[in-house]
Amino acid sequence: MKFFDLLETAPSDLLKWFVNLLAGYGVPAWLLAVISAVIIIGTVIGVFLGLFALCSVMERKILARVQNRYGPNRVGPFGLFQPVADGIKMITKEDLVPRSADKIVHFLAPVVMMIPALMVLAILPYGRGMVPAELDAGILYFFAVGAGTEVAVFMAGWGSNNKYSVMGAMRAIAQMVSYELPLIISAVVVAMIAGSLSPAAIVEAQGTFAFGFIPGWYVLTPWGFVACILFYIAALAESNRSPFDLPEGESELVAGHLTEYSGFKYATFFMAEYVGMFAICGLLVTLFLGGWQAPLPFLTIVPSWCWFFGKVAFVAFTMIWVRATLPRLRIDHLMTFAWKFMLPMSFAAFLAAAAWHYAGRGPLAWALSAVIVGVPYFILGNHFTAKFAVSNRRYQFSE
Amino acid sequence: MNIPGSGIVKGMVVTARNMLGSYVDKERLTTEQYPEERPKLPENSRSFPFLVYDGSDPEAGMRCVSCKICEKECPPQCIYIVQDRDAAGKALKRPKVFDIDIAVCMSCQICVEVCPFESIRMDTAYELSSYDRFGSLVLDKSALLKSNEYYHSIHPTEAAETDGRIEADRLKKEAAAAAKAAAAKKAAEEKAAKAAAEAATAPEPPKTEVQA
Repeated sequence: MKFFDLLETAPSDLLKWFVNLLAGYGVPAWLLAVISAVIIIGTVIGVFLGLFALCSVMERKILARVQNRYGPNRVGPFGLFQPVADGIKMITKEDLVPRSADKIVHFLAPVVMMIPALMVLAILPYGRGMVPAELDAGILYFFAVGAGTEVAVFMAGWGSNNKYSVMGAMRAIAQMVSYELPLIISAVVVAMIAGSLSPAAIVEAQGTFAFGFIPGWYVLTPWGFVACILFYIAALAESNRSPFDLPEGESELVAGHLTEYSGFKYATFFMAEYVGMFAICGLLVTLFLGGWQAPLPFLTIVPSWCWFFGKVAFVAFTMIWVRATLPRLRIDHLMTFAWKFMLPMSFAAFLAAAAWHYAGRGPLAWALSAVIVGVPYFILGNHFTAKFAVSNRRYQFSE
Repeated sequence: MNIPGSGIVKGMVVTARNMLGSYVDKERLTTEQYPEERPKLPENSRSFPFLVYDGSDPEAGMRCVSCKICEKECPPQCIYIVQDRDAAGKALKRPKVFDIDIAVCMSCQICVEVCPFESIRMDTAYELSSYDRFGSLVLDKSALLKSNEYYHSIHPTEAAETDGRIEADRLKKEAAAAAKAAAAKKAAEEKAAKAAAEAATAPEPPKTEVQA
């Protein structure tokens, strides 16, 4: 128990100890504030870049296992040092810039891609009282800053002066703008029920246990489940991951907006995509999976930040699992799915959440909100899958 | 009415089963970790030709008699043979030089099929790459000569068949030699008997002549 308590507060205690140490040497207060901010920022960035390195090798290993292969196992134990080898390869590669490219835009795009991906990490509650920046409108900040990646993608496509890059970037913009809507609406549903846009308050609101053991996570309610799935699908599309990786569809677009990037710039894009993916997984965990809350009452002794990162790892794993399963969508199917299925469903979740709230959040609310999300799901789902029903082939001329 | 989205769940189950299955069932992993794990080659696999010798001394037990049939039949002409000669310049039944350029060889096995002395056979060695562009890909006699035991270890069935054939040939030759010896002996005996008979009846002819 003592050990776990120590771990729970270890990050903030270490910071306090260091700041007090500096204060003892007579460092002025304003400098202390700057130093502690830099330490927090450095820690968050370091942790997420470490996660990126781990994820890049685990993703390859998981995808390999799905295909009954070993995956990378040459560098270090179980291939765990593969990211180091990849990094050395990327850094030592020649950095090519096309002669007709817009040099400044081409150079800035990876940087502009990286900045929002790192900035959104500021508002996530990593543990009890562990929020780098306590914002009342944290969710709003996340989406406002996160939208900056779209600009970066288009900068990359336009600056490369390559037709594949521009087409990939245009697809990316169309896709990201389309999926931003269901993403934000499904987040708004949570903000509505929790009554706050602050991530810390949303996590606190999910800290109850029904009957003493069922966690009060929003994913375990009808509207929350639907909103969570919608948020998850939109998150996949926002982070350009399979099956929504059309912007870099190599079969038709070489590599989309990444075509003209090589060496460290490409690595920066790659890193930004993964950090963006972790950030949106972290937001999904915060909104629907109870953030740093433990799933069972007696497990609350395990440090809260362990739960947060465990859940993020789980969501990231499912994203890899989906990538191993689903083939890439066609661009018109992608748009149809966003506007004709995701958007109505997110409105249904919205209505269901309202019904849940006004029906008293009890059994009646359960039934009512389940009907409100279930009926449109079956109607829309069958409408869109009907034309793909398997039937015998009809021969028009040979019969 | 089917449940929309059930197809995705079914697909996810398939991938999950494959992912976990490879940890449980090693048979699923078909990858060979090559430098550590070597493939077990099928018995009839073949790479490049080598020369078989009997016994322990490669030079003495060499089956090749330098007949040069393989050299003539080789489609890409990768075999080079020079017949050995003694001090007097008389051709010996063994090669002085026997080179195969495996950079040219196409592993067609025609040399093996035409060899009347069961001397040239196909090897299974496959790690033959070298840093040197020309020299080490031309295998000379010392590199090509490999023992009959090695041949038995790589192609047991084929080697046993070959040994049987050589043994049968040897027996046939021995039988033929024995028959020849017996025939010669018989002929000598007959000749002796005839001579004896002739000697015995020698006085007769004049008599018949007289009668005639």
